[in-house]
Amino acid sequence: MRATGRSLSRTLTRALPVTPAVILLLLFLAGPIAYCAYIAFTDLQLTGQAESSFVGFENFRTAFKDEAFLNAVWLTLVFTVLSSLIGQNTLGLALAALMQRASKPVRTLVGGIVITAWVLPEVVAGFLLYAFFRREGTLNAILDWLHLPSQNWLFTLPILAVSFANVWRGTAFSMLVYSAALNEIPKEITEAAEVDGAGGWRRLWHITLPMIRRSIGTNLMLNTLQTLSVFGLIWVMTRGGPGNRSQTLPLFMYEQAFQKSMIGYGTAVALLLLVVGSLFSVVYMRLLRTEV
Amino acid sequence: MRPTAARTTTPLSLLVAAALTLAAGSLTACGSGSGSDPDTVRISFKQSTDNSIKVMDTYLADIKKQFEKANPGKKAELVPIKAPDSEYYTKVQQMLRSPKTAPDLVYEDTFLINSDITSGYLRPLDSYLAKWPDWNRFIDTAKTAAKAEDGKTYGVPDGTDTRGLWFDKGIFAKAGLPADWQPKTWDEVLDAARTIKEKVPDVTPLNVYTGKPVGEGATMQGFEMLLYGTGSEGAPDPLYDASSKKWIAGSQAFKDALTFVETVYKEKLGPDVSDALDPNIGTRVRGELLPQGKLGINLDGSWLPQDWLPGSGHEWPEWSTKLGLAAMPTQTGQAPGKVSMSGGWTWAIPSKASNPDLAFEFIRTMQTKANAQKWYVANSGIAVREDVAADPAYVAAQPGIKFFTDLVASTHYRPAYPAYPKVSTAIQEAMEGVTTGDASVEEAASAYDEALKSATGDQVVEKP
Repeated sequence: MRATGRSLSRTLTRALPVTPAVILLLLFLAGPIAYCAYIAFTDLQLTGQAESSFVGFENFRTAFKDEAFLNAVWLTLVFTVLSSLIGQNTLGLALAALMQRASKPVRTLVGGIVITAWVLPEVVAGFLLYAFFRREGTLNAILDWLHLPSQNWLFTLPILAVSFANVWRGTAFSMLVYSAALNEIPKEITEAAEVDGAGGWRRLWHITLPMIRRSIGTNLMLNTLQTLSVFGLIWVMTRGGPGNRSQTLPLFMYEQAFQKSMIGYGTAVALLLLVVGSLFSVVYMRLLRTEV
Repeated sequence: MRPTAARTTTPLSLLVAAALTLAAGSLTACGSGSGSDPDTVRISFKQSTDNSIKVMDTYLADIKKQFEKANPGKKAELVPIKAPDSEYYTKVQQMLRSPKTAPDLVYEDTFLINSDITSGYLRPLDSYLAKWPDWNRFIDTAKTAAKAEDGKTYGVPDGTDTRGLWFDKGIFAKAGLPADWQPKTWDEVLDAARTIKEKVPDVTPLNVYTGKPVGEGATMQGFEMLLYGTGSEGAPDPLYDASSKKWIAGSQAFKDALTFVETVYKEKLGPDVSDALDPNIGTRVRGELLPQGKLGINLDGSWLPQDWLPGSGHEWPEWSTKLGLAAMPTQTGQAPGKVSMSGGWTWAIPSKASNPDLAFEFIRTMQTKANAQKWYVANSGIAVREDVAADPAYVAAQPGIKFFTDLVASTHYRPAYPAYPKVSTAIQEAMEGVTTGDASVEEAASAYDEALKSATGDQVVEKP
């Protein structure tokens, strides 16, 4: 009895330091999430409605019948695969690998430039790339000077333009992660492979990639989750338009909740975005766990 | 071991206490928002996204001074919201939901006011208006602008507007078009634009606002100016059927109006589509395209000169000699031959306002005859007070005011029922579809019919 009492009080004492954090988390993190989940099951509107009511799964049923929603899901996948998986991740690895071979001044210069893009606030980056891609923007000025045909991607291929923007902005992060990972590969192993006559590609495939597998997993996960929730960049560049040709899920959600005033529906879409994010996470977690 | 534990607990508990106090402190700080000061009236209004335009800021600063002088000890705090229209509405609605953020006085667009009244965001002003003699000076249509279905009035209008065609006389001369241009049909408008495109290739021939980024401006200045010109004189509302209280789907008029928009952008008579779908196109038209003589014809509102008045930031006093005005014709020239739409803004008091009495006092200050007149002139508004409208100084103060006031005779009002904002968005989507060429007129119209059902809760009637 005495022992249990003492161990209880000891547990309490030990729990004391984390209590403020737990309270704050519950209040500011779990609270809004629970409230958000609740709203997703109501027909709450920002205007034009006297009373909101509980509607069960109606919002979710509407979503899956809504062509605009399915379009947004598709665009989100395109955006994520293009800009996160192919763009940021691969380019980041390539840059990191090249920089290992580069001389110090080149390394400093390239690193500085890439990181500047990453440090810029999202809205500023969005505006810069908007100015770059605009019809009378920098890219066309360069193309004109080279006597190449000009482009109008913000209008004709907006999803490509915003994907490029996201690559431009986010590659630095992958580069940093991979630089760190590549430095961890023991020199002897690479040298041994070299002595055995393995060429560059074979070394990459059989030595480098397996050894940084965990970093790849972590990096992919962080990149993907961040890319899935990109809003400001696309909003500044295209507002999801023209039409809905660059309307990824976060923009669709914003439009439904705040422009069409359907908070309930918009919140339901937000929850679905969460599901998409967790699906990606599950895949990456698997990738992290399997041994080679 | 124990003493160490004891020693660490003390600072820890101190830390916990400090954290909790901090949290509690910041929470209560949020709670005691500036709204609860009984001597301060907080006024929310829309600030132009063009930094050099300060029309409303200047006017309100002046009223604030008068108000504070007349009410010693009271203060007025201006809370500008700098955003394009649609984002302004969203922001205001969010502010109105909580007493902590609700201002005491809010600037509300009449198209949204019924919707916000239904949400319970605003309070009826009847008890104040009954004791306010100046209210009788307001013309009847203006008094009903903010009257809800429950018969109560929720806002004091500060002017109205009409819409028509602005055209550049210089461009017209180069294209060989008359300086006293007055088209009789839609085709004549399009023909003039085609002539400009051919003869003056480096300008935009015709601007018709379109698409979601422009928001309500696209619906009203663009689409409705066309749609309401499709019927004959005295024809019922083409959007809303008053007898069955249902919204109209599947009409030929709707498709005709969409076809006009499609023609403008398909034949490249309008701004480049990527510019037309830029949310700042309105600001650009007023600030750059018209003053620099780069736009032939502009279908737009009566308020444009407010951006060009002295002290506005983009002074352009020559506009009245450079630009001509023409009424927007009906589709085939059917009576009454011209069409206009009217809207306007009102001052309303949120139901969660903490100082409603003081807020109404501020409205009274804004609406003395002298101040009201000052505002109409400053923002190129059309007077809704008969005493101002009759004042020769008001008519003389701005060229063009007579033209736009005369349009009031052939103007239409939007069916601003609670569902209207969502119907408006559906219209913008249909417009955007035909503008980008993503949808044909038929496809866009049937998508509108579908969207209408969810926007209005199935209150839809087919009227071909």
